[in-house]
Parts: sequence; C-alpha cells; structure tokens
Amino acid sequence: MEILLEGSGELIGWHDPDENREWVRTNKSRDLKDKRMTIAEAVAQYVPDGAFIACGGFGHIRVSMAAVYEIIRQRKKHLTMAGKTAVHDADILVGAGCVDRLEVAYAFGHELRGLSPASRRAVETGQCRVVAELSNAAYQWRFLAGMMGLPFIPTRNLLGTDTFKYSSAKVVKDPFSGKPVCLLPACYPDVVFVHVPRCDIYGNAQVDGIIIEDFELARAARRLILTAEEIVPESEIRRQPWRTVIPFFLVDAVVEVPYGSHPCQMPYLYFFDEEHIGEWLRMSKSPEGAKEYFDKYVYGLKDFNDYLDKIGGLRKLQYLKEVEQLRAPMVAPWLQKG
Amino acid sequence: MKPNYTPTELLATVASKLLEDGKSVFVGTGLPMIAAMLAQRTHAPRLLIIFEAGGVGPRVPVLPISVGDSRTFYQAAAASSMHDVMSLCQAGYIDYGFLGAAMIDRYGNINTTVIGEHDHPQARLPGSGGANDIGSLCWRTIIIMRQEKRRFLQKVDFITTPGYLTGPGAREKAGLPAGTGPYRIITQLGLYGFDEASKRVKLLAVHPGVTIEQIQENSEFEILIPDYVETTEPPTAEERRLLHEIDPAGMAIGK
Repeated sequence: MEILLEGSGELIGWHDPDENREWVRTNKSRDLKDKRMTIAEAVAQYVPDGAFIACGGFGHIRVSMAAVYEIIRQRKKHLTMAGKTAVHDADILVGAGCVDRLEVAYAFGHELRGLSPASRRAVETGQCRVVAELSNAAYQWRFLAGMMGLPFIPTRNLLGTDTFKYSSAKVVKDPFSGKPVCLLPACYPDVVFVHVPRCDIYGNAQVDGIIIEDFELARAARRLILTAEEIVPESEIRRQPWRTVIPFFLVDAVVEVPYGSHPCQMPYLYFFDEEHIGEWLRMSKSPEGAKEYFDKYVYGLKDFNDYLDKIGGLRKLQYLKEVEQLRAPMVAPWLQKG
Repeated sequence: MKPNYTPTELLATVASKLLEDGKSVFVGTGLPMIAAMLAQRTHAPRLLIIFEAGGVGPRVPVLPISVGDSRTFYQAAAASSMHDVMSLCQAGYIDYGFLGAAMIDRYGNINTTVIGEHDHPQARLPGSGGANDIGSLCWRTIIIMRQEKRRFLQKVDFITTPGYLTGPGAREKAGLPAGTGPYRIITQLGLYGFDEASKRVKLLAVHPGVTIEQIQENSEFEILIPDYVETTEPPTAEERRLLHEIDPAGMAIGK
C-alpha cells in the first residue's frame, strides 16, 4: 500500500501483533480464580511509574474514581494517559502530577461545566505534554484494532485535518476503492481501570446502560483492574450470560468499591456530585488550591470509605441517588456564577 | 423595543427548525441537545437522536450534562456503544451532525484544539472529542456558535474538524465520504449556509433587528451576501416554555 501521509504524533501503546500475542499467552491467566484484592493492592501491583493508563467510562460517567484517587494517594509518577474523553480523571491526575503525557481526543474540559484550570495550566506551562491528537471514534477504533489482534484499522475520519497531522495515524491509498483512507494504529494500554455495577469474584462483569467503549478497551488492555459497586455470586452471572460484557479471563484484579465512581455518575444508581466537581473546579484555579484539595480529599484520608464520609456520607449519596432517578432536582454551584 | 426572548432561546429555536421529522441527528453537548429535544417536542416527534457514547433514539427527559449521561439513553431504542454509533455515522445512517465550535473559517473548518502553536499553546482547548468524527462522517453538519471577529477567522490556528478544507472537492480528495460537509452555521446574529460553487460561508437569514453590517463587522473573513436575505422567526411563547422545561436548571438556555 502506498503511504500518502503520516501524522507526526507519538505512537502510544502500539505493539507488534505477534509480540502482543506472545505477551497475552504468557501473562494473561485463563484460569478461573478468585481475583479479589483491595484497590491499594491492585494499584501497587499493576501500575508502575511510567505506565500508559486508560479509564473506562466516558467523561464523568462510570469512571473508576476509586482507582484514580488511589493512584494519586500512591503518588505514581510519569504516567501517560489516554484522553479518550477523559475529564475529571485526567484533570486530577494531571493536577496531582501523576500524569505528564496525554494522547488527546478530549481533555482539559468538564463539558458544560467549563474548562479545567489545573490540567490546562499544566499544558500551557509545559508540565504536561500532549504527545498526540485524535478523536473519540479514532481512539475507540484503536482499541478495536487492538482487541482484534490487528496492527491497524482503516477508517474515514481524521482525514484532511490538523487532528490527523498531530496523530500517529497514516493515510494510504485503499487498494479496493483507490481512495485515500486513514489507518489507525492498534492501541494496547498497559493498565485499564473499568468500573461496573456488578461482577463475580473471577471478574465476569455486567454493565447497565451504554457500554461506551469498554467492550473494546477491556479486550485491548494488557492489565485490567475491575472495580465494582457490588460483587455478586457467580450463579447470578451465569443465569444470564448474555449480559456479561467483560468475561473473567480479561480481568487481573477485582475490587468491590460501593460508590466507586463518585463524583462521577453511575447510571441508574447515582448522579454526578456537582457540588464536589464544583469544589474541585473552584479550588484548582490556583496550584495552592489544588494542593489543598488533594490534602483534604486524598492524602489526608486513609481510603475511599473515608473519602465518602468526607464528601457528605450517606446523606449526600442518598441525594445523588434521588437525582439520578429523576426524583430530586439537580443543584450545581457552577450554574450560579453568571 | 427589547425582545421578550434571549439570544440563546433564539439560537435554540432556529436550530431546532432545521431538523426534519423522521430523520437522524447526532448531537453534541449543550445547545445542540436542546435544539434536538425541542424539535422532538414540536415539529419532529419521530426525530432519531443519537449520542456518541451509545444512546440511540432516547426520549430525553431533561437536558443531559454530557453526551454519555444516563439521560442520553432514557427510554431509548437502544443503549449501545461508541463503536456502534460511530460505525452508523461512517456507514451513512446519520443525516445531521450537530456541533458547537470555538472558532471557524470561511470553509467551515472548526478549531476546538488550541490557540497559538500546538506544542507551545497560548490556550489549550479540549480537542476533537467526537467533533472530527461527526464533521467527517455525518451527511450534513450543523454548527452552533457565538459569532465574533476573533471566532470567525480568515484562518484557524488548528483544523480540528473538517469543513470544506481548502474549497470545492477538497473533502473528497482527502478521502472523506463523498457528499458530506457543513450545512448550516447558526450564531447569535444569523443563519448561514455554504455557497454551492465556492463552498464559502454565505448568509441565509439575519435574526430580527440584526443588520448586514453587523454580520460583516463580526467576521474576519468576507461573508457572501445574497440579494435576498430572510429574517428568522423569533421564538414563540410555547417554544420558550418548552426550552425551560427541557433545561429547568438553565444549564445551556440560561435562567
């Protein structure tokens, strides 16, 4: 195939497909075994400094925030992160100095809530580097190529733009149609964190609502840490096997963390904690304020349960459940200012 | 006389009227969502709304905060995946793509990535998100944005999402799907289309009380002005009521 154009972005998370097959053969256990551990153990064991990480979910939806806070608590350094519509997770990981490289489809913003002071400051001062650009569809198709064991996948987005120029993609002449087509390289993150409503002790997991790109991401991940609202008996999973989105052999660690996505939304269970997100957005306007936030909500606390007490405990969590179920109106401090 | 509606309400109603009943639309965060929800509650009850994180054909109860929010698959036809809905776009199922934008040029190319040099940014913006995909793969792209001289630019610092690139034929030459491209731009001043021959931004209608001078003053590039320019319809009381019912917190429509 004739290469017509090449993006200048850094190629992140790519492996030769044979090398990755061999890695999978050696490192991914196909044995049905109890994988329960604490989030502290999972992060200590599977997240080395310098790793390339990605979070499941989307924006502020169904993100494993328990894992994100634990990465900060363990002061991991020089991580590269997939900005696959990474919002609160990326913002605080960059703000805490854990992530200093990002491949960006969407980052530095909190959607309707406005832009992210902490991570923008880091990029604008050079503390954090954007190593490549791409789009949301492009990112998940990179994971699709990864899960298929292919070196790349042809697509028709990115073409003609600067997003392509700063990506790690290439444009070739399609041997079938003769038209230019974009080739997206496969992507295999070193460690992926996915939060689900329920799974069993082996890691067989169900998702309620949209799957977003977690089907592909879980299968492209080298290491997969699953956090769950609830660990259920294996029999409950096997009663409705068609509901399993992530089967056990993809999973390296299973951690039960009720409310583990707070302050993000867990569909059907709890809404975004706008008060908390607003507090971070306000505090992170200055580096001192960001530090104060981490002292208050991460370093000064023992674990995620302490954090849940700190953000308002049962009373707050009950309120978030009512908002999610359309039984109480949403209140958001970021709406008040002009 | 001061109008009894806000510029944002006007934007939302004008945008909503562009959407046809029985067609499909892929919507981004904020005003595009409101416009699609309003269309579904007025002239287009069978409008198929698609969200990039996997919401397919929902009956959206209140304005979602995010395109992945559980409101985006409330009473939906399907709660699916990004691979599924982005593939639907690429395969030709989506009639309209609906985007917000920070900056745009005469060919409808959009920048939402960076102001200044990419590697030493003056200001870093969020990046493409799903915008590049929507602008590349949907049949017709509709853009809602604020019009100012620093946003309607001769040249954008970074083409995040493709408009007509460098002009006629450029999209097809780059390999983008044939027959796609930007269709309308809606700003607080007017409604724009694209000239068939040159693919440049062309005025179609001004909002009530807006002059052609204001249209041109608020753009760095020359806007094509046809002989006949329409005036948009102001929002009705019923439309305004619906807008605030859709967005009771005033997240995008204001208080």
